[in-house]
Order: sequence, then C-alpha cells, then structure tokens
Amino acid sequence: MGSIGAKDVPQLLDANGRRIDGRGLEDLRPLRIEAGPLAQADGSAFVEWGDNKVMAAVYGPREVHPRHLQQATKAVVQCRYNMAAFSVDERKRPGLDRRSQEISKVIAEAFESVIFVEEFPRTSIDVYIEVLQANAGTRCAGVVAASVALADAGIPMVDLVPAVAVGKVAGTVVLDLKKEEDNYGEADMPMAMVPRSGRMVLLQMEGHMTRDELKRSLDLGVIGCKKIYEVQKRALRDRYAVAGPKEGEVASSEVPA
Amino acid sequence: MSGEVAAEIMTTHVLDLAKKGHRLDGRALDEMRAVRIVPGYVASADGSALAQIGQTKVLCGVKVEVGKPFPDTPNAGVLTTNAELVPLSSPLFEPGPPTVEAIETSRVVDRAIRAADAVDLAGLCITPEEKVWVCYVDCHVLDHSGNLIDAAMLAASAALSKTIVPSKKFEVGEDRPLGPKHVPIETTFVRLGDSIVVDPTREEEVACQGRLTIATDEAGNVVAMQKGKVGAFSPQDVMELTDRAFAHGDRLRDLIRKL
Repeated sequence: MGSIGAKDVPQLLDANGRRIDGRGLEDLRPLRIEAGPLAQADGSAFVEWGDNKVMAAVYGPREVHPRHLQQATKAVVQCRYNMAAFSVDERKRPGLDRRSQEISKVIAEAFESVIFVEEFPRTSIDVYIEVLQANAGTRCAGVVAASVALADAGIPMVDLVPAVAVGKVAGTVVLDLKKEEDNYGEADMPMAMVPRSGRMVLLQMEGHMTRDELKRSLDLGVIGCKKIYEVQKRALRDRYAVAGPKEGEVASSEVPA
Repeated sequence: MSGEVAAEIMTTHVLDLAKKGHRLDGRALDEMRAVRIVPGYVASADGSALAQIGQTKVLCGVKVEVGKPFPDTPNAGVLTTNAELVPLSSPLFEPGPPTVEAIETSRVVDRAIRAADAVDLAGLCITPEEKVWVCYVDCHVLDHSGNLIDAAMLAASAALSKTIVPSKKFEVGEDRPLGPKHVPIETTFVRLGDSIVVDPTREEEVACQGRLTIATDEAGNVVAMQKGKVGAFSPQDVMELTDRAFAHGDRLRDLIRKL
C-alpha cells in the first residue's frame, strides 16, 4: 500500500492530530439512523453516516428460497449486500461482485450469531442491504442499518449489533475511516460487536498493525460501537414512542457531529 | 437426512471432547496437524508447491507473464490470487461457478499476500505504463479435510518463494527469482465451547462456534484477519490468538525458508 501509489498521498493527519475532515482520532462521522422507512418490508432502516447512505430491509421469517437451504431445526439467515452502480466514483457494474459476496457471507454469519434462529425452524430471515452512496465503512453502515431493521421486524435477537471500522493512518490508530483514510491509510479493521457480551461477531482486517496497535484498535472499536449502539436504540425508541409516528411520517435519530 | 443426523452426533461428540480439553484426533488444543511442503511440484509453473496440513492438500502454481499495468498503478506489476475448490476434493463441492466459500478463501489469501507486500509489485514494472509482469497465484484444493485457508496460504507463500520470473521466455533479460519480500502465514482458530483450537479439521469446522484467521508477517505485524462462521470472539480472545498466530507463523516461515 502506498509504495506503488502513482497518485499524491494527501496529508491525513496534521500537526495537531486533526484528521482530513477536521475530526479528532476518536471521533465518529455524523450518524443518523431512521427506523422503518420502508412500507413493504417487515422491518427496515436507513443509515446516513458521513457520506454513506445505506438502506436495509428485512423479510421473514418466511419460506426458504431456494428450498434446499431449509433447515429442520432452525431458521437460515440470508444476506445480500449490494452496491448501487452509482454509489461510487466510477460506475460499478451492477450485481454482486466477489467482494460483495464475501461481505454478504460474513454479515449473514454475524447476524446468525445473535438471532434466536431455533425459534423459527424451516424458515428464512432475509436481510437486504443496499449501498446507495459509498464513502468507506459501508459494510459497517450495512450492519448498523440491518440490525435496526431486524429489530424493527420484531426478530428476536440477543442484542443490537453496532459496527465500526478502525484503522491506521499516518502511523496512528483512528476511529471510523473515511474514503481518503481508507485508500491511503496503512490498515483497515471493520468490526461488529454484541454490546451485551462484549464479543465480536464480525471482524476483518487488512494492512499492517503491530500487536500493540491491534490492541489499541480493538479498544477504540469497542468505544465506537458503544456510541453507535446508543444511536441505534434511540432510533428504535423514536419509532416506537408511545404515540408512534403518524401515517406517512418517519421517525429519525441523530447524533450531533 | 441421515447425513444431517450423523453430522449432529459428530458435532455433539466434538464439543463434548473439547469440554475435557481433548480433540477427535488426539491433538492438543494449540497443536497443528503435521505440515509437509513439496516445492517445485509442477514443472510447467514458474513456481509451485504442494502443501499438506494433515490430510488437507492444496497445490499452488504461480505463473508470471508479461502484460499491461492497471491505469491507476502504471509503475507496478499485477498480482491475482485465486483458489479453486474443485469437486474432486470433497463430496460437498459441485461443479459450477465458485461458491461463496471459494470466494472467501481466495480473498482472504489474496488480502494477506497484498497487505504483507509479499510480492514487490514495483519491482515487476518493465516499461512504465506499457509493460509489467503479471503474477497469477492459483491455489488448487485437492483434498479438503479442513482448514483450507491456512493450507492455501502456505502453498502460496511456499510457491512464491520458489518462483522464477521467466524473463528469457519473454525476451526481457535474464531469468531471476521473484524473491518474495515478505512471507505471510495465516493461522486459523475455531471456537469449540470454551476452548479455542488451532488448525480445525472438517469435523471441527462443522461443529465450531466461530472461526478466526490471523495473518502475520516475519516483522511482527498482523497483516490480515477474517472472522467467519456463526459465533463470536472477545477482544481478549483476539489478542491471545494473535500471540498464538505469531508462534505458529514463525515456525511455518522457518519451514519455508529451509525449502
């Protein structure tokens, strides 16, 4: 990374430890979560996180398609993470590329780790994530959205699942990478955790980190996830507040930048 | 259905054993199966190695050809890693387009090779913007008895360490070793109840409650990670497994160095 970059590497960290968008090392980008914006889905959520826009919908428990995936003792959790052709700078060919398939797999496994699948044998719980606008951290935004959508659909789970990417830029561990930091940084580590158990159900990493940097990254990721968890809960509370939103009205929850 | 029942019984058995600190094949929790590497297995490749971890066999062949660079990296060679889970290697694999398991295996190995800077891509430039070396790393799974990721990584690292850039054949100078800059090794663990074991067999993979792969290099860096399967790991688990991954990685790197 970096050594073969033909392009100029922007200055990712200034002398005062400010990042390219003015954030401190442990600051999240502004995050807004809206629970239940879609009418047809059993549950849904929309996440605006920095310059990411991600929609998630949940259908099920329902009949399993294709049929042979059906399990006699539990529900199967299927996930489709898809990026819209216009979501990135250069148009992306529509459909699931290898990256999207891998991400779909790890997200499905993450949610199967928290859903009480034994309660719904011979059914499928389908999680659809559509990335509409991408600026690094879309799989984490997808998990954050899908988790709220699952709760909105009334699927019983151990807990909500917050997620965030930690990374290393200019030799320093930082929280919640944006695009430039992801492209020119030295490491990227997306993680999703179950706040109740403190365990991670999604963890990936690419780049260079020493043992100490890895330890620091995990600690910082846990801090980030706890903040995101609060926004997720607030989004659901807003949606299901006593009066409830009026017809055609959507509830939303914001975290100040 | 009988297959499902048998698998269920096996899973219960594997988990019961793990509770007592035992494994199906008698290994200790942090013990890998026997590792064997045969370098230069395929003469038609520019570099190759057959890696065996227990019964799991993966053959990696490297082909190096002259091609065009990507427009955004005009001064760098091109590297492509692929893993094929061919139907000969398991009753579970069928012919057809790559399964998501194959895609994950390819991508996790590719990520480690790339992030570790295993191949000096800048050194693979022949004429900037026109001609560069394109390096194909193809892993062919021959026998899937568990832990494909580690076996594919081991085969790839061993094959790259033996790869000769065929300059003569393409009339761009003398043949030379590719000379990998760094040697990434991946170590995979699975959770079985409260125990976390290294180098899972197929039965342990089926029974497991979460899988974590950690790639290390010889300079003390973690270069890639991938959590897979249904299950979870705490940050403390990850740190403990990182230490174990470095120990296994250093031992396997020694093995490759001595080939």
